[in-house]
Amino acid sequence: MDGMLALYIFMLAAFTGYEVISRVPVILHTPLMSGSNFVHGVVLVGGMIALGQAETPLEQAIGFVAVLLGAANAAGGYVVTERMLAMFKAKEKK
Amino acid sequence: MAIKWLIDASYFVAAILFILGLKGMSSPVSARKGIVWAGVGMVLATVVTFLTPGMNNFALMVIAIALGGAVAWISGKKVAMTDMPQMVAIYNGMGGGAAAAIAAVEFARGEMHGTVVTLLATLGALIGAVSFSGSVVAWAKLQGVMKKAFRLPAQNAVNIVLALVTVAVGGAIVIAPTVDPLLVVAFFVLALVLGTVITLPIGGADMPVVISLFNAFTGLAVGFEGFVMGIPALIIAGIVVGAAGTLLTQLMAKAMNRPISNILFVPMAAAGGGEAVEGEQKEVGAMDAAAMMRYASKVIIVPGYGMAVAGAQHKVWEMTELLEEAGVEVVFAIHPVAGRMPGHMNVLLAEAGVPYDKIFDLEEINGDFAQADVALVIGANDVVNPSARTDKSSPIYGMPILNADLAQNVIVVKRGKGTGYSGIENALFYKDNTRLLYGSAQQAIGEVIQHVKALSV
Repeated sequence: MDGMLALYIFMLAAFTGYEVISRVPVILHTPLMSGSNFVHGVVLVGGMIALGQAETPLEQAIGFVAVLLGAANAAGGYVVTERMLAMFKAKEKK
Repeated sequence: MAIKWLIDASYFVAAILFILGLKGMSSPVSARKGIVWAGVGMVLATVVTFLTPGMNNFALMVIAIALGGAVAWISGKKVAMTDMPQMVAIYNGMGGGAAAAIAAVEFARGEMHGTVVTLLATLGALIGAVSFSGSVVAWAKLQGVMKKAFRLPAQNAVNIVLALVTVAVGGAIVIAPTVDPLLVVAFFVLALVLGTVITLPIGGADMPVVISLFNAFTGLAVGFEGFVMGIPALIIAGIVVGAAGTLLTQLMAKAMNRPISNILFVPMAAAGGGEAVEGEQKEVGAMDAAAMMRYASKVIIVPGYGMAVAGAQHKVWEMTELLEEAGVEVVFAIHPVAGRMPGHMNVLLAEAGVPYDKIFDLEEINGDFAQADVALVIGANDVVNPSARTDKSSPIYGMPILNADLAQNVIVVKRGKGTGYSGIENALFYKDNTRLLYGSAQQAIGEVIQHVKALSV
């Protein structure tokens, strides 16, 4: 990938992350930490491609670990975030 | 080519969904939708990756996804809400480990294209490995597997030397024309040790900040490896999380009045410091406590981690409903670091059914304590210690606190006469308008409920 182009992506993504979070109320900080933890679970995709290109047993073994950990990050991150957010309810009108 | 286009387009859509998902989480109303969108993005990105041309090892891939996904899914479903911080820590550590492992595969293949790629792969590996071992230590500490904080002699010097050596070895890998397996192995071992050694001396009270920091680290590592693999979706997701996590870490550290460098390098003394507190603790019975609140016009409840550990949040909500039926205005005041993570207490109260519009944070509520008839402090300690405002020699001087001491009356539910998590004496407990209700939160509030009911007949 073009290095300069990647640098622009880095920069814009950093500002995006900062802006998106700066308006989050304190009550959502824990779910948000968990939610952002889920989002970097996309590392799973990188792990899959690394494993897909692996040739030697060593590469396969490390690639397997990458996919295993990435899948755990994504699945676990989703479940706990969803569980927490499901509990936030406004006061029910009686 | 059509396949390639489909994959790229799907990654693009996934990246949009991730950002929209995080944005959705900025309001309690849309938060649930937010995580579902991000989840759709994740499934989409994962499924199309199988279509990538020229890939092998599909069987291994499916086994790894099924195994890692299933174990994490089940453990995530079962974990208690009070144990959430260490669960987030361990999932985060796995993400960091995955990023480091991706770099390791690339090193093993020995096909790095250019210095910039090698540099970012190495940086990602370093950050990912530190995040992995550090998060595992954080998990072990919060889970109670590892009880004590270990401090090496000259801890800070050891940290710095170790970090420098690791960076030097990493630099050697980047400069070397070919990949030297020995250097790579040494590099990964050093990085893992570094993460462990940095995290070991950090006390439990500071752990949320550290977990958040490692969360940001993992994001960066994922972003860097995304560049190495040439997948913009990974770069975007990783860097967005890296930036967001850094901001979140700063917010947390600020709430605790502890610069991040202090948390990492100068752990708080376990006990002592501060002026001696004079006076005595005055006890109150459940019946009097119930009467004080039943005939109050405004009660502010300050819940702390002690309440959550006792599992008393449901009882507290039951009591709140009873008091409201009797015409008392009841609200909850939450310190930014109540619980073990910022917002953790909100989650625990939400679990008990407390609507979020009854919950106020520090800036919103601090002006209201003076008008409150009763401040009910349940299992909280340092976050209501007035020494943070008044006593310059106190280790927590300058930390923003909830001004519970300004209420007309203060009732503190407490297990015994000991000091809190940080071991600092609390002047609030000795004030003239403070009464202590001894007992576990579960049992004490249960008794108060009985007496409130008796008064309401």
